[in-house]
Amino acid sequence: MDQGVAVTNTSTEVRSGRSARQVNTLPLLLPAVILLLLWSILPLLRTIFYSFENYNLMTPPAVFNGGLNYRYLFTDISTWIAIKNSVVLVLGVLAASVIFGTLIALLLNNDFPGRNIARLLAIAPFFVMSPVAALIWKNLLLDPVSGLFGWFMTLLGLHPIAWFSTAPMLSVVMIYSWRWIPFATLILLTALQSLDTDQLEAARMDGAKGFARLRYIVLPHLLRPISIVIMLESIFLLSAFAVIYTTTNGGPGDATTTLTYLIFIKALNDFSIGSASAAGVFAIVLANVLAMFLIRAVSRNLQA
Amino acid sequence: MKPTASSQIVFGVLAWIAALVMFFPILWMIVTAFKTEGQAIAIPPLILFAPTIRSFVDATANAGYLLFAMNSVIVSVGSTVLAIAIAFPAAYALAFFPTKRTEFTLMWMLSTKMLPAVGVLMPIYLGMKAIGLQDTRIGLVGLDTLMNLPIVVWMLYSFFKEIPGEILEAARVDGIGPRQQMWHLLLPLSGPGIASTALLSVILSWNEAFWSINVTASHAGTLAAYIARFSAPEGLFWAKLSAASVLAVAPILVFGSLTQRRLVRGLTFGAVK
Repeated sequence: MDQGVAVTNTSTEVRSGRSARQVNTLPLLLPAVILLLLWSILPLLRTIFYSFENYNLMTPPAVFNGGLNYRYLFTDISTWIAIKNSVVLVLGVLAASVIFGTLIALLLNNDFPGRNIARLLAIAPFFVMSPVAALIWKNLLLDPVSGLFGWFMTLLGLHPIAWFSTAPMLSVVMIYSWRWIPFATLILLTALQSLDTDQLEAARMDGAKGFARLRYIVLPHLLRPISIVIMLESIFLLSAFAVIYTTTNGGPGDATTTLTYLIFIKALNDFSIGSASAAGVFAIVLANVLAMFLIRAVSRNLQA
Repeated sequence: MKPTASSQIVFGVLAWIAALVMFFPILWMIVTAFKTEGQAIAIPPLILFAPTIRSFVDATANAGYLLFAMNSVIVSVGSTVLAIAIAFPAAYALAFFPTKRTEFTLMWMLSTKMLPAVGVLMPIYLGMKAIGLQDTRIGLVGLDTLMNLPIVVWMLYSFFKEIPGEILEAARVDGIGPRQQMWHLLLPLSGPGIASTALLSVILSWNEAFWSINVTASHAGTLAAYIARFSAPEGLFWAKLSAASVLAVAPILVFGSLTQRRLVRGLTFGAVK
């Protein structure tokens, strides 16, 4: 845990001397710990509790109904469609952001005129809030009548298509990819900048061609940051909400209703607290499985 | 890498093309914001036109817009100040007085960030309603504080780790207590780290849409909720919506550009520096 301990002799002495005469750190830690404990446990317990009730805000009171909500959840075809949609969204955006994120990061890592400005421009979409990102794409780019994409298609002699009704999931994946490719670019570019240039120089001296250097030095160096991008983006994308809310509302039909969006619909459109909570518990379990991988990776880094 | 001159030019051009493609949608939004409503939907798209700030005037003339913009400022700054005030002593304790439990504490804090918000939507929604915090700025400040607290602790912790313990130790030997150490030494020493932590927290709160959309209505909503909600009724007014959007993302684009590299540490919980 404490990497500093072994650095120098003096620092070892100072540090051990310090821990021998411990300062009472409990009052310093307690506010953060208590708040996070309450935040992470109370609502979760409440969700689990609701998930065993037949509770609709429109028809109170709440009645205990055993595991019925869970039985309905797993026998309802819309649950499985939502899970499929979540998987398609997560995998689609992940594929786009790993491939394009790596390519763009490699390009931006080169030395060329104005590269600092180019970097800022390439990463900017990550800082655009999702409702705005959704609107730019929905109106200005993808609108079949006045959008730029439609105009390009007519230039090419094609018919403009109504993106959100003919290819709704593809459209949503495109919007999220536009926001998350820059995230991957930012992380991978930072990782590339910490790559040891001596090593690359040595490889170059030994006659390794550009591709060989990329294949045997640069890409292996990027594997860890790429895995971190994959895990972080999966967690964020499983909770993706605002773009769907602003563009398709989960439709047409249930074409873009992800698990997160399904829970939102059950909760705040149908007010069926019980079944929304059962689905919520399921989403939490899924996210935790993913989180376990991430935490293991981060913890390995702490010890390294 | 030192490629040959010609390939350097090719890669440079490709890099610029990639950057411009990624930035283009933002650029087009900015361009549209300076058009009239008629020009905004013209086909073929207008590239040369007399720019007007009419849409900005119209967008901000809406009383709702100003209120929501104010809410965005209050909520993002308020939650950031709170989160740093709570996280600062915790990160100080974790970084300078490590124990057997330190790693577990950090990991556990990180794990609370993995809880999908939608999983606890119902209890938070009903709970806030029950204690009268629904659609209040205080309620939203509280939610954003709790949401960002783990990231803020982690980021401060990683900056504190880079400060030599000897400096604080010397102060301690001179009989300076933890409170003075934090206030008079740690705060000035970690200034840039605290600044980038604060910026990340402001960015995350400003852009936060899930809670803002779901627990606020007409009083405490932020710009994210405003734009998401009014996209339907105002959907036909592209220039006005673009102007409102430009104003909503401009401060964050500036903040984000300022601190890009340091953000990575917070965003990846120190796994990539």
